[in-house]
Amino acid sequence: MSRKPRDKQMTIDEVVASLEDGMTIGIGGWGPRRKPMALVRAILRSDLKDLTIISWGGADVGLLARAGKIRKLVYAFVSLDSIPLEPNFQRARQSASIPEVVELDEGMFQTGLKAAAERLPFLPMRAGLGSDVLVNNPWIKTVTSPYDDGAGLEELVAVPALKLDVALVHLNRADVHGNATYLGPDPYFDDLFAMAADRTYLSVEQIVDTAGLTAGTPVQRVLLNRMMVTGVVETPNGAHFTNCVPDYERDERFQKAYAAAAGGSDEEWAAFEERFLSGDEAAYQAAVQAFAEESSK
Amino acid sequence: MSTETITRADVCAAAIADAFADDGEIFGSPMGMLPMLGVRLAKLTSNPDLVISDGESVFLAGVPPLFAKGDVVEGWIPFRRVFDVVAYGKRHVMMGATQVDRHGNQNISAIGPFAQPRRQLLGSRGAPGNTVNNRTSYWVPKHSPRVFVEQVDIVSGVGPKRAKEAGPGAARYNDIHRIVSNLGVFDVQGADDTVRLLSVHPGVTVDEVVEATGFTLALPDGAGPADVPTTREPSYEELVIIREMLDPNGLRFREVPEPEAAQ
Repeated sequence: MSRKPRDKQMTIDEVVASLEDGMTIGIGGWGPRRKPMALVRAILRSDLKDLTIISWGGADVGLLARAGKIRKLVYAFVSLDSIPLEPNFQRARQSASIPEVVELDEGMFQTGLKAAAERLPFLPMRAGLGSDVLVNNPWIKTVTSPYDDGAGLEELVAVPALKLDVALVHLNRADVHGNATYLGPDPYFDDLFAMAADRTYLSVEQIVDTAGLTAGTPVQRVLLNRMMVTGVVETPNGAHFTNCVPDYERDERFQKAYAAAAGGSDEEWAAFEERFLSGDEAAYQAAVQAFAEESSK
Repeated sequence: MSTETITRADVCAAAIADAFADDGEIFGSPMGMLPMLGVRLAKLTSNPDLVISDGESVFLAGVPPLFAKGDVVEGWIPFRRVFDVVAYGKRHVMMGATQVDRHGNQNISAIGPFAQPRRQLLGSRGAPGNTVNNRTSYWVPKHSPRVFVEQVDIVSGVGPKRAKEAGPGAARYNDIHRIVSNLGVFDVQGADDTVRLLSVHPGVTVDEVVEATGFTLALPDGAGPADVPTTREPSYEELVIIREMLDPNGLRFREVPEPEAAQ
């Protein structure tokens, strides 16, 4: 009898039920690209509150901010790319509705995750020196190099580890054990998020058998190993309206509608929420389908 | 293709290309449309060794038109490797700037106080890291006193004076190379590490630039306002490349309309 590693399949609701108020949650992907949006939407529907969100931000941050879920936000940017400024994020910042805000350089952000993934309290880097990142975050300290590299004993930023209670990431394919591949051109930093976290929940477009992960796909695309993963959820179109290439591109038409509602009146936002965010994931996907049919007429 | 048909956008593209002319074999990393045009122009003229990307995740072996896809790929540059190259130093990035100040500090983070900005922008993005690691230039399509300010509200990109104040760790690789706007070309080599006017574009006066700048501009050593050179016009070859190869649809005019047409 062959013994196999355990099956980690979960439902979206089971993932969100395992989260707690006040947790530090890292969200993978990049801006409007391959974000675990089905899991983010489930957090919107939950009673979770006082979250610390750590993200190279897109609409994930905008939606969670608008819903008042964020007590502390760690970001380097929040953008929808084709729409440079995220209206819900702008609104939150301009009304100071997020109690604690940590804006980092985007390379510092990676270094912070790396430190956490390597179980180090910090890693040194130049980024941040001389900028207002250090002025606005006086708790971020510098460290003096013990080595003279030709420029004296340099003072460098001691980028603090960005330790996560939970990482949420979305990839293209996984097996039931949590091995997962990205099929687009950029892995982003989902492996770092996973290793910086105590628990990682992975949503994917499709669950396949283990052999299928590398059938016709180079093994280098297996970004996550199962030892980094706590639970796996199959959520087709689960990154919508961010992209998940090659499965699908960003839904620009929907993003435009989102941004218009987010930047519009309270009534316009309420109508958007009612139409797209008031039901479960199946209801969301049905509403998106209806929106696509309606707007292609 | 007579000189009367040379547009301001063409002049800006050539000025941006000149900023990358002496870079050698490094990653030319443009943010935005005119920088992308200028970098590609440099690769096709003054600096064929320049390494360019699709702005997403691959290095391109060829030089496709603006926003075109499907060229020959010569390497992989996902975001994680961009950060590697930033630290490695073989990179020249040209970023935008919502504000840039007398000391060449740049702001793309927010306008107003950080705790509650009047207008939240992108966030610092990679500006703090870029400016203390690799050569950095800025592109400003609409030169005005609201962009060129005495002091930026939030320092995202670090100018040379602040870098020196932060110590050798910051100053060692700080290299703010050029600021190109729709009116002229600048560096940060003025006295006390300040922004200095290097040239005004054809049809622009020094007075116009001074008027549109919210701080006192340094001028080239020993030069009075009358001695400031005019930015060179693109060559015939460059005009052909810009108009027929890189931007046949005239996308550049969205960012830099002709001064007459803009009024």
